[in-house]
Amino acid sequence: MTDLLTPVLSAHWGEDKSWKLARYETNGGYRALRTALGMQPAEVVNLVKEANLRGRGGAGFPTGMKWSFVPQDNPNPKYLVVNADESEPGTCKDMPLMLATPHTLVEGVIISSYAINAHTAFIYCRGEVLHVIRRLQQAVREAYAAGYLGKNILGTGYDLDIIVHAGAGAYICGEETALLDSLEGRRGQPRLRPPFPAVAGLYASPTVINNVESIASVPAIIANGAAWFKKMGSEKSSGFTLYSLSGHVARPGQFEAPMGITMRQLLELSGGIREGHELKFFTPGGSSTPILTAEHLDLPLDYEGMAGAGTMLGTKALQVFDDTTSIVRTTLRFVEFYKHESCGKCTPCREGSWWLVQLLMKFEAGTAQEGDVDKLLDICDNIGGRSFCALADGAVACVTSAVKHFRSEFELGYHTPAWELFPYEKSALFAVQGEIR
Amino acid sequence: MSGHFTSHFPESGSVDYSDQTSHIDDTTIAELRELAGRYPQPRSALLPMLHLVQSVDGRVSPRGIEVCADILGITTAQVSGVATFYTMYKRRPAGTHHVGVCTTALCAVMGGDALLDRAKKRLGIDENQTTPDGQVSLERLECNAACDFAPVAMVNWEFFDNMDPAKLDDLLDKLMAGEEVVSPRGATLTSWREAERVLAGFPDGRADEGPSAGPASLLGREIARENNWSAPTADATPAAQNPEATK
Repeated sequence: MTDLLTPVLSAHWGEDKSWKLARYETNGGYRALRTALGMQPAEVVNLVKEANLRGRGGAGFPTGMKWSFVPQDNPNPKYLVVNADESEPGTCKDMPLMLATPHTLVEGVIISSYAINAHTAFIYCRGEVLHVIRRLQQAVREAYAAGYLGKNILGTGYDLDIIVHAGAGAYICGEETALLDSLEGRRGQPRLRPPFPAVAGLYASPTVINNVESIASVPAIIANGAAWFKKMGSEKSSGFTLYSLSGHVARPGQFEAPMGITMRQLLELSGGIREGHELKFFTPGGSSTPILTAEHLDLPLDYEGMAGAGTMLGTKALQVFDDTTSIVRTTLRFVEFYKHESCGKCTPCREGSWWLVQLLMKFEAGTAQEGDVDKLLDICDNIGGRSFCALADGAVACVTSAVKHFRSEFELGYHTPAWELFPYEKSALFAVQGEIR
Repeated sequence: MSGHFTSHFPESGSVDYSDQTSHIDDTTIAELRELAGRYPQPRSALLPMLHLVQSVDGRVSPRGIEVCADILGITTAQVSGVATFYTMYKRRPAGTHHVGVCTTALCAVMGGDALLDRAKKRLGIDENQTTPDGQVSLERLECNAACDFAPVAMVNWEFFDNMDPAKLDDLLDKLMAGEEVVSPRGATLTSWREAERVLAGFPDGRADEGPSAGPASLLGREIARENNWSAPTADATPAAQNPEATK
């Protein structure tokens, strides 16, 4: 039986100058790189496959398998692109990782690039996080100076360059093919697949795109072995991972635990729901994952546990809302986000998210018409699964799951404003003078 | 569209061609070329190049668009198509300090809506406007990946965590007065333009300022320490040191 919390990625967060190369090496950093460079690239891929590391960015696709899809006989250069666009509402794990220990990511990038025979790697970081980007830029510079990057790394003959790239504010660029278009200097709009990026990605060349946490987990797997990794979590959802608890809890924060910890356990660790209140609903993995309620507190927060409840593990971003919260207001805000961030390429998403907002604003104001709940679901039915990428599905999931759990509250929107049912001031963390609308 | 529909995100239009001023000089052009040279294909540098244009002109200027198009060998329409897609690119000059208040669902519910209202009143401006003296501009933000520190504000893309009305007032007053402000999870504030220069890929030497992590980031780690919890010990014979095992 493993411990309730198992800090690996976060083990050295908070230490003095934890972001510096010297500190990282003191803590054993870059030893895994030496080990990996002593293996054949295919052996590294197999080890990550055997560990069953699954993507930590939302989709949960096996990382090693993704690497093995890269056609090594393709004459074009191979590329590794780290998705550091972290923008899914609720998700806040990659930023603290890159702020505190950016070398964990850099070491992971070098090992992973070696595994797929890439000689250029990119870290595509959202632009709105200045200090995170400063730390990344510096870590890469330090790694070059130490001979971990550049030509003939550690005398092995392997060459690699890393480019830290700042985005410019677009949620859609977290979608891997939109990210590639953005990285090519275009509007970030998703591509039709196939071809998949592993075959024709960046510059139409074989490309692997992995989340920050996935890549940062690689050095620990190399250092400690696949069996060690699988001691944590379950057979299908193995290893440690970062759970991010936010919202109406006594103490929000990051919790690194084996896959499969439950929401009840996380709530206990964070001191429970804020005093005097009860849980109303939560997202398991960001706002694109269907919401859950108190009846789901004992489900394992892993890929299978969440799929079994009709939702997804997503980014493990647990946003907690208490009994003061209006589900209508929250759903409107989520959908406004998707409406704003829809790239506009696919009509159902571009127009449908706009119509969802119009209708939800009526629910919030208490001016929706009898039957509008069904109209809401009907619009969702015309959006979900009808667009290139998953943004539309996320916009729909937060609406349909909210209606599923709180239909009667939506129906109150036929006559009563949400701010009368749930005075917004009561949801705020501080005393508010007057009303919030 | 019928006039009675409203949105929290009114469309902000195209680049402002009525204002042709620019401070882009040969030094800037050389730096833009340098950025283009950092990538396997030059056009990949367009986003960083537009960040650099903003650091010089305080917005995406018509001249900046022309220069980027010229260096990359693409049309100005292609450049402005990119410039108007991303929210960090400003079509009107941003303030010396650019303030954002998050109002995506979680922050909004926890007080972000009230904070944005308060900021508007305190500064006497609306969203997407700049104070008359050019000191502070204001924006409604979407989720900035700091939800465990909600409600969140950003200044020049530095984190200002766990905001409340008193902290917001103090922050805005200092920014308006031009006083020194330090981000709780970042460096001493520079200006928005200087921040844009770092985002373009020209470091400012401030990476070592500020803490390793904020309190919320460290919570799980501290609870693990108190309880003596840790990851299991490594395998006796890690597969990594015995590659045969992985075949």
